[in-house]
Amino acid sequence: MSAMFHKIMGGVYMFTESVKMSISNIMHNRLRSFLTILGVLIGVTAVIALITTVSGVSTSLSDSFTSMGADTMTVSVTGNDMQSGLTAENMDEIAQFDEINGVIPGVSASVAVARGDAYESSVTLVGRNTYFFAENDAAVERGRAINPIDVRESSRVCLINQELVEEFFYGVDPIGQTLYIDDLHFTVVGIISEDIDESISEMISGSSAIIAPYTTVLKMNSELYVNSITVYLGELGRRDTDAMETKLGEYLDAVFSYEDDTYTISTLESIREIMDSMLSMMSALLSGIASISLVVGGIGIMNMMLTSVTERTMEIGMKKAIGAKPGQIQVQFLIEAFLLSMIGGVAGIILGIVLSAILCQVMGTQFTISYSAIALGVGFSAAVGILFGWSPARKASKLNPIDALRRM
Amino acid sequence: MRDIVKKYPMGDEEAVVLRNVDLSIEKGEYLSVLGPSGSGKSTLMNIVGCLDKASSGEYILRGRLIEALDEAELAGIRGREVGFIFQNSQLLPKLDALKNVELPLLYAGVRPRKRTQMAKEILVKVGLEDRMHHYPNMLSGGQQQRVAIARALITNPTLLLADEPTGALDQATGQQIMGLFEELNNDGHTVIMITHDMNVARHAKRTVNIIDGMLTEGGVTG
Repeated sequence: MSAMFHKIMGGVYMFTESVKMSISNIMHNRLRSFLTILGVLIGVTAVIALITTVSGVSTSLSDSFTSMGADTMTVSVTGNDMQSGLTAENMDEIAQFDEINGVIPGVSASVAVARGDAYESSVTLVGRNTYFFAENDAAVERGRAINPIDVRESSRVCLINQELVEEFFYGVDPIGQTLYIDDLHFTVVGIISEDIDESISEMISGSSAIIAPYTTVLKMNSELYVNSITVYLGELGRRDTDAMETKLGEYLDAVFSYEDDTYTISTLESIREIMDSMLSMMSALLSGIASISLVVGGIGIMNMMLTSVTERTMEIGMKKAIGAKPGQIQVQFLIEAFLLSMIGGVAGIILGIVLSAILCQVMGTQFTISYSAIALGVGFSAAVGILFGWSPARKASKLNPIDALRRM
Repeated sequence: MRDIVKKYPMGDEEAVVLRNVDLSIEKGEYLSVLGPSGSGKSTLMNIVGCLDKASSGEYILRGRLIEALDEAELAGIRGREVGFIFQNSQLLPKLDALKNVELPLLYAGVRPRKRTQMAKEILVKVGLEDRMHHYPNMLSGGQQQRVAIARALITNPTLLLADEPTGALDQATGQQIMGLFEELNNDGHTVIMITHDMNVARHAKRTVNIIDGMLTEGGVTG
């Protein structure tokens, strides 16, 4: 028992002393150690920076997805020969589903707008239904929303945004005034609030926007059918989006006589999943490339350790002569390689985090320190040190003490 | 220390360095092995010091057959039984005198505080009490050799093995070192000194000559 204890304690003394000696050796050849460490440092920096940056991009993307509303589904319809889109009845039927709160058609056109001398050649006209205003209750700043009668009668009424107000109605209350859209006579019934205006602009990428009943816009486009709708899920639908998707698919299949490729349903969830998997693939690929430099760094360490073994042949011989066992010599050199690699690794982690913080700042994405990336960096550099230090350490331990001393 | 019988007939086809060497050394002896370079005296020292094993023959050190031991066991024997003193002291330049002397105890697994205490005592014994924290490059050749002797002594080895211990020193310093060996021998340490210098060998109480791997008793000097 006490012999065992003695052996263990001896190992502990040996270890701490080896660490001290390794540090002194590393410090003694400062420039050489630094150059050797550089390989691992660059490798770890690259891996950490890449992983952290990509995960930052990923977080920011999914955040913006959530803010866009993960509780909607978008249905794009090409239809078949008989019906090349959805009718108002179809949309009503979909909106009647228990799981669905409502449906907003996505109809738009680029139009020319005129009033008196003022003229704008390309304004985005979006067609919406009443549910749009129910969903976006803050959409109307002033005036009234589009009502069911407007939709049924394809009335020529419209809401305009602040930009158009300033352009066409300077100093005049626009409500009740007339606006010519593609030479057709429209009555302005309301003003779109700034908030909603922004989100519409985002979707249609134009600074000035007009909202009109979708039936009116369809008529202006000489179309009968709606090709794109956004489905707003209720609580039931949100609970199981897959089942919801299936149910919606069954309905659409029935409408389009079970023909293939008549529609696609996309959820933000599915888009996010695809993007997440793409990002993680990219991150893995880039990390793989970055880890090549870790291997190169490891070779650098191996090279330095081999040189060191040759240089310290006499020292090794002397240590063996005074009773150092092969295992003790090996441990000494392994610790040195390990420390070299770890110094590079830790410096690389710090540098990588700083670098990715800067990158995230520049790209405007969210910066989070990824602990798994740090663990990966530490693990990688430890593995590199041991892996590439092994063979030189073994070589040192195998040195014949006589050969080693004979070089005196 | 009991009988050391050392035979070494023919290695393989290669040069035979030691030819049927028989040698027995008693505890407390002060022996010098005198021979010109290339005579095989270093090879003999390596075998006696358990750095190397004979191609054939038997070497018994304190009742243990050395040929039967493996690398790690040999290292243990070297650590406990043999104290080496090399021609140019072989100190680690990055450690001070005290740490250099402690080194063998480290490999033997001795507690840090005890290591330091023992090393201090030994350094006092070799007359370096005021040089304990000097680094080798701050010490003279003679002082360095004293540190090396202290390092060899610290494990209280069965035998002290010195290979040309004065080879790198001037005459006066060499004399001092020789005096130290004599003192150590008087204290009961077994000393074996390898040299090519007749004048150095004369300090020992008994001398053997080695020429072309053949050993002949040189008779008792001193």
